[in-house]
Amino acid sequence: MRKMLAAVSRVLSGVAQKPASRVLVASRSFANDATFEIKKCDLHRLEEGPPVTTVLTREDGLRYYRMMQTVRRMELKADQLYKQKIIRGFCHLCDGQLLLPLMQEACCVGLEAGINPTDHLITAYRAHGFTFTRGLSVREILAELTGRRGGCAKGKGGSMHMYAKNFYGGNGIVGAQVPLGAGIALACKYFGKDEVCLTLYGDGAANQGQIFEAYNMAALWKLPCIFICENNRYGMGTSVERAAASTDYYKRGDFIPGLRVDGMDILCVREATRFAAAYCRSGKGPILMELQTYRYHGHSMSDPGVSYRTREEIQEVRSKSDPIMLLKDRMVNSNLASVEELKEIDVEVRKEIEDAAQFATADPEPPLEELGHHIYSSDPPFEVRGANQWIKFKSIS
Amino acid sequence: MSTPRGSLESDGRFEETSLDASSFTPLFILVTVREAINQGMDEELERDEKVFLLGEEVAQYDGAYKVSRGLWKKYGDKRIIDTPISEMGFAGIAVGAAMAGLRPICEFMTFNFSMQAIDQVINSAAKTYYMSGGLQPVPIVFRGPNGASAGVAAQHSQCFAAWYGHCPGLKVVSPWNSEDAKGLIKSAIRDNNPVVVLENELMYGVPFELSSEAQSKDFLVPIGKAKIERQGTHITVVSHSRPVGHCLEAATVLSKEGIECEVINMRTIRPMDIETIEASVMKTNHLVTVEGGWPQFGVGAEICARIMEGPAFNFLDAPAVRVTGADVPMPYAKILEDNSVPQVKDIIFAIKKTLNI
Repeated sequence: MRKMLAAVSRVLSGVAQKPASRVLVASRSFANDATFEIKKCDLHRLEEGPPVTTVLTREDGLRYYRMMQTVRRMELKADQLYKQKIIRGFCHLCDGQLLLPLMQEACCVGLEAGINPTDHLITAYRAHGFTFTRGLSVREILAELTGRRGGCAKGKGGSMHMYAKNFYGGNGIVGAQVPLGAGIALACKYFGKDEVCLTLYGDGAANQGQIFEAYNMAALWKLPCIFICENNRYGMGTSVERAAASTDYYKRGDFIPGLRVDGMDILCVREATRFAAAYCRSGKGPILMELQTYRYHGHSMSDPGVSYRTREEIQEVRSKSDPIMLLKDRMVNSNLASVEELKEIDVEVRKEIEDAAQFATADPEPPLEELGHHIYSSDPPFEVRGANQWIKFKSIS
Repeated sequence: MSTPRGSLESDGRFEETSLDASSFTPLFILVTVREAINQGMDEELERDEKVFLLGEEVAQYDGAYKVSRGLWKKYGDKRIIDTPISEMGFAGIAVGAAMAGLRPICEFMTFNFSMQAIDQVINSAAKTYYMSGGLQPVPIVFRGPNGASAGVAAQHSQCFAAWYGHCPGLKVVSPWNSEDAKGLIKSAIRDNNPVVVLENELMYGVPFELSSEAQSKDFLVPIGKAKIERQGTHITVVSHSRPVGHCLEAATVLSKEGIECEVINMRTIRPMDIETIEASVMKTNHLVTVEGGWPQFGVGAEICARIMEGPAFNFLDAPAVRVTGADVPMPYAKILEDNSVPQVKDIIFAIKKTLNI
């Protein structure tokens, strides 16, 4: 708990502690904040939507930039470790390949910016970015990916099963997390603490029947659930046109109001999230957000991503909508930050990731004696059978 | 109507006590299995505000089998929730609520319908504490009637003890009588892990005596401990749920022929109390398992495998024998259905075969 709070405060404190170069930068004065225009959201069953302008403070901007860079570089590092076979199994990244660094960071950072730490979030398997924005350190995340004892799940879960306070994973079964999220929202309503639950799923999962069951019950019972469809236009190798009779994902909640949001613009995501959270907190029931993004990489590390789309398509989107470039340009052009300052953040982030990767590579694997641990919670120790009747593992809660 | 005083004999006769001051008998009350489950849930709902019940028809209809009668009237909409017919959805919602700190009781109208939701039970509930390295417990109860009923045919008669019993991370209990039902539902609700409670529709209306101890609000039956319902010396007969009653009937018949059966009521499928079974087999040297489910990969198969691996194997004078449901989807016609479930005569036959009589 303490480690997690430290991690959160590290992230939120934003500006780093580098005395020497700080002197250089501090001699220039920056604007405190700036106003930006953001894309209007398409609306479904809503009279009005989020505002089309927003104010970004220098402090927030620097913080978002650092967080997005951290997520990007963390994912790139995971990509590298996977290619070196230090990470095994599934590795679903929310970034692109080494030469195609554009992604879905605006989603995880933008969503977090629109809610409180006491709100709740659940997503599917492309979860590393959210695990970070919800408060875990890059160290714990990478060490979980490499399956070491210092991993956030002690090496028991891997890429798809990371948990933190008010963050419920990391779920491997496509669509199953959506009813779970509605259930977390039910708990929010039951406890009466004005909290909401962000329940994420992809365009592929959007065709799962259980999602419609969750929509129905969330609407019937007015659960404070924000259903969020991250539409990156491909479910594995199947484009949305080949999977869905209706690709207007923000309308598919039918009786649930919806918005379609530019998922590559962190400010747009933030405003939409604030709007949606306010809607839910007012007791009106669930709301649906579709975040339009693009997946540069293949579906996972084993997919080069070009058998079902053209390289031209990938290049074009990359050159026009990198969320980090977008934020950087805005901040520099409005005098919220300098290019040098942002470069400094890049350097710090790179170092943080390197250190974390070192740890994740050097930390030992979990001890074999712990194989049987954590079967049950709050129970006295018992024995778990191994591969044959003579191999026994002790199981501690 | 005054409550009759007396005791329920093992052959089913109710022997009323004469109200003679010179003969003092402890006071028991008769409670049906349905009432016992109802009381257990009521007491736990009262004890802990985080406990709530959801499922189809559990609230305003008082429960499809009236097991939750009176609870909605007492606790209201917030705590007794009628769901639409959406097993996968509401089971997932229940699991999510448990993850976020509530203690849901998720009812499946029968466990046959739990198949629609089985991914949520196994992948979202059972495995999560392990996958999270001990960070995320899931304190949830899945309950409902399991196994054969009467005349409901193949899609409504399956026993899920073996399927759920297969999975690490789950606890699976199978009450037979009222004491089991009340004590196990209370233990299940208080347990911080996902617990599957396999009730039996044909047992709901059957009355059993409940001791004054069992009537107390803190009475619990521990999960993971079997009960010896009848002591015996010649053979161990192990069962769970409704067939326990059939085993006791068989034991009464055989007793007249001088064969004394030790009847064990498993009460819990997982974690299985193999020690109680082993100790009994080491005493009697013979074993028959009895279950309502299909034979292949079933509860009896697991018991036999474990007996072979443990100290009791060397004490067996004959191979262990299984009595099970017939290896067919449940037929409808009465004569066919009757012969698709283990009857008392089948148990007696198996016991005599094992004893070579």
